[in-house]
Amino acid sequence: MTLRAWLALMVALGLAAWVVAAVRRRSAAHESGRRFFRHPTAAWGLGVLAFFVIVAVAAPLVTPYNPCIQLDIVGLKNQAPSWSHPLGTDLYSRDVWCRMAFGARVSLTVGALGMLVAVTIGATVGAVAGYYRQWVDAVLMRGVDVGLALPRLFVLLLAVALWEHLSLAVLVLVMGLTSWFGTSRLVRAEVLSLRERDFVAAARALGAGPARIIFRHVLPNAAAPIIVSAALGIGNVLLLEASLSFLGIGVPPPAPSWGNMIADGAPNLATAPWTTLFPGLAIALVVMALNAVGDALREALDPRQEAT
Amino acid sequence: MTAWLVRRLAASIAIVFLVVTLTFILMDVAPGVPMIGPEERIVDSAARAVIRHQLGLDGPLHVRYVSYLRELARGNLGISFPLHRPVADALADAIPNTLLLAGAALLLDFLLGLGLGVYQALRVHRLPDVLLGNATLFLYSVPTFWLGLILLLVFGAWLGWFPVAGMSDPILCPTVSSLYCAMDRLWHLVLPALTLGLVGAAGTARFQRAAMLEVARQDYIRTARAKGVPERRVVLRHQLRNALLPFITLFGLAFPFLLTGAVLIETIFAWPGMGRLATDAILRRDYPVVNASVLLASTMVVAGNLLADVLLAVADPRLRVRETT
Repeated sequence: MTLRAWLALMVALGLAAWVVAAVRRRSAAHESGRRFFRHPTAAWGLGVLAFFVIVAVAAPLVTPYNPCIQLDIVGLKNQAPSWSHPLGTDLYSRDVWCRMAFGARVSLTVGALGMLVAVTIGATVGAVAGYYRQWVDAVLMRGVDVGLALPRLFVLLLAVALWEHLSLAVLVLVMGLTSWFGTSRLVRAEVLSLRERDFVAAARALGAGPARIIFRHVLPNAAAPIIVSAALGIGNVLLLEASLSFLGIGVPPPAPSWGNMIADGAPNLATAPWTTLFPGLAIALVVMALNAVGDALREALDPRQEAT
Repeated sequence: MTAWLVRRLAASIAIVFLVVTLTFILMDVAPGVPMIGPEERIVDSAARAVIRHQLGLDGPLHVRYVSYLRELARGNLGISFPLHRPVADALADAIPNTLLLAGAALLLDFLLGLGLGVYQALRVHRLPDVLLGNATLFLYSVPTFWLGLILLLVFGAWLGWFPVAGMSDPILCPTVSSLYCAMDRLWHLVLPALTLGLVGAAGTARFQRAAMLEVARQDYIRTARAKGVPERRVVLRHQLRNALLPFITLFGLAFPFLLTGAVLIETIFAWPGMGRLATDAILRRDYPVVNASVLLASTMVVAGNLLADVLLAVADPRLRVRETT
């Protein structure tokens, strides 16, 4: 770890704190914004997320080495954390902090994109089912029942194991395709009540087609459950990616992701626990932050619900 | 109620049937040959055809599908390719192990989760609630298998309190007394059950706390207090009783876990249960075992949902009225 990397890390921490302060300042103008920050851990969650996003974006600045480079396979293998290697080194003498910073890029991108796929499908299916009702609703919701009845890890295992060498893009797509069922139920429930409201009747009277009503009038009003399930969905996909990586079918090495770092470290758990400990803590921190932010968002956007 | 039950039962069977069909088709479209796996490129097409024939994988999809269904109706799950034994036998070996682990984990999950959730709700926004809230949030956010590894490291490798793998002592157990074996089995059970139970309990506690607080705001609680019902009775009879209703749904969701098991935890702790059997089957393209485990898993999911709905209708008279009208 060089002086420059330490300094950059300090800057990243400061920047994260500044982001939280800036968001708090700007949202103070709205009632829902104030409600968001009234949640006890919302600010912390936002700060953690901001920090990891900054680290991911600025990975080459906050780390001194290439994450895949083997520094000194004889001398620097399985080194405990120290000033020069703050999170230690792994079996191949790679710097764990560097891998974690670059792994943040992979893991956060996979989480965000997987969530995006899931929420897009879930919101669309839920809105269509809730808006059309009758047989469309029946068919789509029975489909969702089937999807929920399929054990998700099995399906992913099947897809990933049977088609060997999935590219990262396909992996994200498959994870998204198996994660949208819950969202669609939530959105459907919301749309069922929204479709009876006067503004929908007004839009229909003005001659708007079903597609326009669904996407311009109904879905924006169902934003609250969608945003909340998006926040929680990222964490879900992150955990899923970690599980898949542990089974050896996630993000392929040597590219680091938090999941495959845990998997790589697991066989050397007794000799070099830090290679397993830190990426797991990173996942836990980010998922905790996402849960806190998701909870706070739910309270901010839906005042009917009491603090939980 | 009966008509509703019959309708739900029919829908459940249809869902299981669809899931089984989907899996069958999915595995057919997927490239690769059972047992041969990555080496399939080396095998020439004639040899591959022979293997496919021996495994009953040749012929058009619909013919094989119909014969699969016919055997299934007779209760024949087929023969595992790599295990060289009937699928039913392999399942019979694995299911009791998973039942033991998942049962212990669920017991811990529900007892601890319910207790913590109720306790937190009664101390809401005070120090114990805040501390426990942060602890459960952490456990809820942690990858389960990572927690398993850390517990393994601390209690297995460093402290040496618990064994690190397997279900029982492989050398001593068959020879010495059965009491020793039973204790040994419990001893092996602690770490994997603790891992699963703690993560589950964190979720249950968060859920139950929210349910308790939701009920606390209802009018009938205020009415009960206003008419002078003792606080203890308000909490136990009015609040907790109603807050347990959503818990039934949670139980229904956890139900399939009893037979499908936890893939990763079983792998980490070398626990020979259903999760591992199914994972190995998928990775080895053991189609009959995959089919059987998917059938089992989807049946359990659907049965869990149905069970929860029936229990809810029994426990909550309001739902019964709505269903019959």
